[in-house]
Amino acid sequence: MSQTVQTSVTSVDGEQGEPKVVRGLEAKNIHAWFGKHHVLKDVSLRFPERTVTGLIGPSGCGKSTFIRLLNRMHEFIPGAAMAGQVLQDGHDIYSPEVDAAAIRLKVGMVFQKPNPFPAMNIRENVLSGIKLAHLKVADHDAIVESCLTRAGLWKEVKDRLTATGGSLSGGQQQRLCIARSLAVEPSVLLMDEPCSALDPGSTLRIEETIKELVEKIAVVIVTHNMQQAARVSDFCAFFLADGGPGYLVEADATKKLFTNPSDTRTADYVQGKFG
Amino acid sequence: MSISPSVQATPEARELSVIFNRADRIFRRIVTAGALTSLILLGLIGTFLFVRSAQIFNDRGLKFITGSNWTAGSGDGIIPDDFSIGPMLTGTILVSVIALVISMPLAIGGALFVEFYATPKVRRVLTTLLDLAAAIPSLIFGIWGVVFFSSYGERWSDLLNSRFGWLPFIKVQNEVFGRSPFVAGCVLASLITPIITSVSREVFSRTPRDLVDTCYALGGTRWGAIKTVVLPFGKSGVIGGAMLGLGRALGETVAVYLLLNIVFRYNFRILESEGGNIASLIALKFGEATEYELKALVAAGFVLFLLTLVVNMVAASIVERSTRRR
Ligand SMILES: Nc1ncnc2c1ncn2[C@@H]1O[C@H](COP(=O)(O)OP(=O)(O)OP(=O)(O)O)[C@@H](O)[C@H]1O
Ligand SMILES: [Mg+2]
Repeated sequence: MSQTVQTSVTSVDGEQGEPKVVRGLEAKNIHAWFGKHHVLKDVSLRFPERTVTGLIGPSGCGKSTFIRLLNRMHEFIPGAAMAGQVLQDGHDIYSPEVDAAAIRLKVGMVFQKPNPFPAMNIRENVLSGIKLAHLKVADHDAIVESCLTRAGLWKEVKDRLTATGGSLSGGQQQRLCIARSLAVEPSVLLMDEPCSALDPGSTLRIEETIKELVEKIAVVIVTHNMQQAARVSDFCAFFLADGGPGYLVEADATKKLFTNPSDTRTADYVQGKFG
Repeated sequence: MSISPSVQATPEARELSVIFNRADRIFRRIVTAGALTSLILLGLIGTFLFVRSAQIFNDRGLKFITGSNWTAGSGDGIIPDDFSIGPMLTGTILVSVIALVISMPLAIGGALFVEFYATPKVRRVLTTLLDLAAAIPSLIFGIWGVVFFSSYGERWSDLLNSRFGWLPFIKVQNEVFGRSPFVAGCVLASLITPIITSVSREVFSRTPRDLVDTCYALGGTRWGAIKTVVLPFGKSGVIGGAMLGLGRALGETVAVYLLLNIVFRYNFRILESEGGNIASLIALKFGEATEYELKALVAAGFVLFLLTLVVNMVAASIVERSTRRR
């Protein structure tokens, strides 16, 4: 079977002179299966530091599957398999010696539905990752403040840090989830349709947040909202699955992809002609 | 011009009526009837028990609960009837609590293993087995306890006694370790563990997937996810399962009857070879009871009925409080 995780080559060759280490995250020839169902075919994509990459494409083309592959969440689904490589700063995160939990610490994730931990208050929610990963930090208060500030939520909640996460509005909850992801200092943040459950106002707030985040980290965002992709992303990748497994049609600078794509299907999709 | 400065009183809240359609009406009647039936049954049982035993409570008052004698009189008044259930009541609680304390860690650990560590195939098999085990009649457990477990139970008791003998409830007077509340409690624990495990597993499996995923995405381990979301989420369900088990333990007859020396003396030393519970008392005395003794047994049943009711109400309020908090 070809469904094994290939781990032999990494792009860091020990050769003197030219260590071709690519900073940031890079997917190389990724395939994915659910059982026998081939859902992603040969996707290669780079996510340089300090950029926002938008993933677009019709429903079911494998965008969620793809980003879950980027932080090894894919393997939690029974029967899930993959092939190819995901390189983080040149190291294959699927190598047998790699601790998946450590990878997820570096590559964080925000989910579609805002989901603060229900049994915890706002402050505890922000600090939950630190507790989960057993990180040592000197000043919890400082972390809470800085993460909530970066997530654009500090002003609204600083006087009620001990209220439960559930007492916030949906948009605030989602920003709380972003703050929670930031607390463990990831270098990449994956977001799977983070605004699809939110109102336009909250959506804009999150987009502003993303623009601030990207001064430090890379963001990968899946979205069905073309305007959103155009607004927030620097690069955009268009996926498609016409019957078979999903594949990457085209990836380019967002401006180019939206104004002058090289594939007609991309043009049709971004203009809303299908999908 | 004609708008007068209205001095309107705040209006009364309007009465809102709900119109049910036919299907809804019929269904509503059926479920209401169902709910009422069980309530009425409960009430009838309680009333029946109380009426049948009222004479006992009248004659003996609180002494029926606190006294520690069960002597059938000679009938001619030379030896008077003396019925009270103190040791059996405390014995019921003691044995059940032992069973619960032993089974809870086993059940929670087992449920977590099945749900989070076992491979899908093993999980399927174990889930089925658990549900089957929950349906095994207690007589089987009683026999297993007598024939097989008691020798282990005695050895464990010996060990407990030599290590923790300084604890007042572990200390024994004579070093005979069989047929003690501890041994009976162990067998009861094995009797109620499957049902508690089964219920706990069920609630653990309902933990929202994306909360668990979030824990992993934050660099957490499986155990981290369990501690952070699964246990808080499942807490009330686990308590519910525990109460189900406790209910079974409180009313357990055969296993205790077979495994415990029924002795009418207050005993809180769990390794001592004496004890009893209300249900086994009833089973023991029922066959050759005089008419008056029969009433006393019904009264004992009434006390057990109340005890179970109270336990269930406390459990319900714990469950309610722990779910309301979020
Ligand atoms: N847990 C799963 N088990 C089996 N098949 C799955 C599973 N999750 C997704 N799939 C299949 O994989 C394919 C890709 O799904 P995926 O969720 O990645 O699509 P998507 O692009 O994120 O869609 P959407 O835009 O609707 O979120 C689909 O055909 C789907 O049926
Ligand atoms: Mg998706």
